[in-house]
Amino acid sequence: MIATTATPVPLPNSRLRVGDVLRVGASGLRTRRLRTGLSTLGVAIGIAAMVGVLGLSASSREDLQIKIRALGTNLLEVQAGTGFGRGSGTLPDTAVAMVSRIGPVTSVSSIATVAGAVRRNDTISAGITSGISVFAADPGLLDTLHATLADGRWLDAATSTYPAAVLGSVTAQKLGIVDVADQLRVRINDEWFAVIGILDPVAAAPGLDRGAVVGIAAASTYLTAGAAVVPETIYVRTSDADVAAVRNVLSNTVNPATPEEVQVSRPSDALAAQEAASTAFTSLFLGLGAVALLVGGIGIANVMVIAVIERRSEIGLRRALGATRAHIRRQFLTEAILLAGAGGVVGVGLGAGVTAVYASIKHWQIVIPPIAIIGGFVAAVVIGGVAGLYPASRAARLPPTEALRSN
Amino acid sequence: MTADIAPIGVPALELVDVVKEYPGEPPIRALDGVSLRVEAGELAAIVGPSGSGKSTLLHIIGTLDRPTSGIVRLAGVEASAMSDKQLSAVRSQLIGFVFQQFFLLEGMTAIDNVANGLLYRGIAPSERRQAAAEALDRVGLGNRMQHTPNKLSGGERQRVAIARAIVNRPSIVLADEPTGNLDSKSGGSVMDLIRELHLEGRTILIITHDRELAASLPRRISMRDGLVESDATDETLQNATQ
Repeated sequence: MIATTATPVPLPNSRLRVGDVLRVGASGLRTRRLRTGLSTLGVAIGIAAMVGVLGLSASSREDLQIKIRALGTNLLEVQAGTGFGRGSGTLPDTAVAMVSRIGPVTSVSSIATVAGAVRRNDTISAGITSGISVFAADPGLLDTLHATLADGRWLDAATSTYPAAVLGSVTAQKLGIVDVADQLRVRINDEWFAVIGILDPVAAAPGLDRGAVVGIAAASTYLTAGAAVVPETIYVRTSDADVAAVRNVLSNTVNPATPEEVQVSRPSDALAAQEAASTAFTSLFLGLGAVALLVGGIGIANVMVIAVIERRSEIGLRRALGATRAHIRRQFLTEAILLAGAGGVVGVGLGAGVTAVYASIKHWQIVIPPIAIIGGFVAAVVIGGVAGLYPASRAARLPPTEALRSN
Repeated sequence: MTADIAPIGVPALELVDVVKEYPGEPPIRALDGVSLRVEAGELAAIVGPSGSGKSTLLHIIGTLDRPTSGIVRLAGVEASAMSDKQLSAVRSQLIGFVFQQFFLLEGMTAIDNVANGLLYRGIAPSERRQAAAEALDRVGLGNRMQHTPNKLSGGERQRVAIARAIVNRPSIVLADEPTGNLDSKSGGSVMDLIRELHLEGRTILIITHDRELAASLPRRISMRDGLVESDATDETLQNATQ
């Protein structure tokens, strides 16, 4: 017998090109569109939740930051202590002059509440105050608070002595006044006051929004029957570097006799606290988003396990055509990653969309952190990879003879 | 177009004393020492009742499974002791499969299904499609290239599967009950195609339980209880096809 053992020809290994891996992975998804769509949706919701939470908290933080910047962290508020053992509720009338002598103080203004009811006209009962307060303020208040006007003018040296009023934003809305050019008047107690200006919302002193501001001299003349108007709250603007130092000496300066009756606070602290609180909620919602993502990942694993069972004959055929175990593993892993990656893209888009819509409703600046976009997509791909690992290796381990067995 | 066959003098397939045992109590001996030699260019049938071991033999010849002992050579390449990865290479380069259930991928056009026969050879997609188009032309489906399997008749599907099996120019085509899912007319035309491919020089081994079909082929290897019961070459048919 002639030796037929010809020299064993070393056969080149089976090869699957990178482009073909993607094509083969995608072809499995194309033929099962509904299932692909639904399992993609699972991941998309999880990613959208996380991107949305990150985007919304970043947008709201940005909004607070803008408010804090507008307010300035160098604004201090001085109030007379009220309550048992805390004094009379008023500050000495020398307080403004005293504070202005502190070196780093750049501006100082006072404000006081005056008893009075603001009405649209004299036929409305004085009992109906609509929750609008009357404040007496000096002309420097606008600058000290960094407040702005929606319309008209602020009080000046002249108008501070006349029956003229500047309305807070909410007040103007309640009284139905939008334009000072109409030369309207409001009734405060028994006097007519000309409306000369309307304020924008004042971040530093939100109480002003629901008030009508008149000059101190005018208040004394027309509203308190000549009694002096004593300051209740003093706003102090200092140079940025000396806020703490000024804060330390304010009580003693304002009321040297009984400094413990003076309360000093910084309005921006409240916003900073609000910002800190929103960070705490962000972690909570991120956790919920992660749970949604996990559920989405389990959904993908589930779909892939079913796909491997259903496509036994395809696996057998591919093995018969020369696919190695690694090729089969790669195919199903690619399929899972494409599935989750598509979910990631949709989710990032959805999350960004929700953020944009909600932020614009809230009039916030739209901020979507890049980490949320990149992180959302990467998280989806990783989830897909992890979810696909087991089904893919199960497909790879399936012996070709078993895969080809007719059902 | 001629098939790439093994070097002259080297048989397309050679089995020496192949034994296949499945573990169990007692172990099941599906093949009990099968020796077989198929020359390049032969058209042969492996015939036998179910349980005779012909499916196991198909798996071993197709390198989908390894023998417990014995030697399997395909075109001179010793495959009995190869790793799983090397066996995949053998299947992608030396063997073409035709199955009873066609195993075409739904949602993929005929030409893409045929091109899959070259997918694991690392060949560029455009070259694969060109070879697939030629193979589809060869089986008479040049006008069905963009049809998906669900738009093709049973006979057409099997022709697509045959085109896929020959697109990589294998040393041997293994056809497992190729007409088993077809009516007699389509089955007849599929067999006509197989005979034509044989005349072009291809080596084709048909596994079937259909004695009538086997009788129409030049060589019939009958299996029973894991052994070759008879191996008959019909000189007249052999001559008729030469």
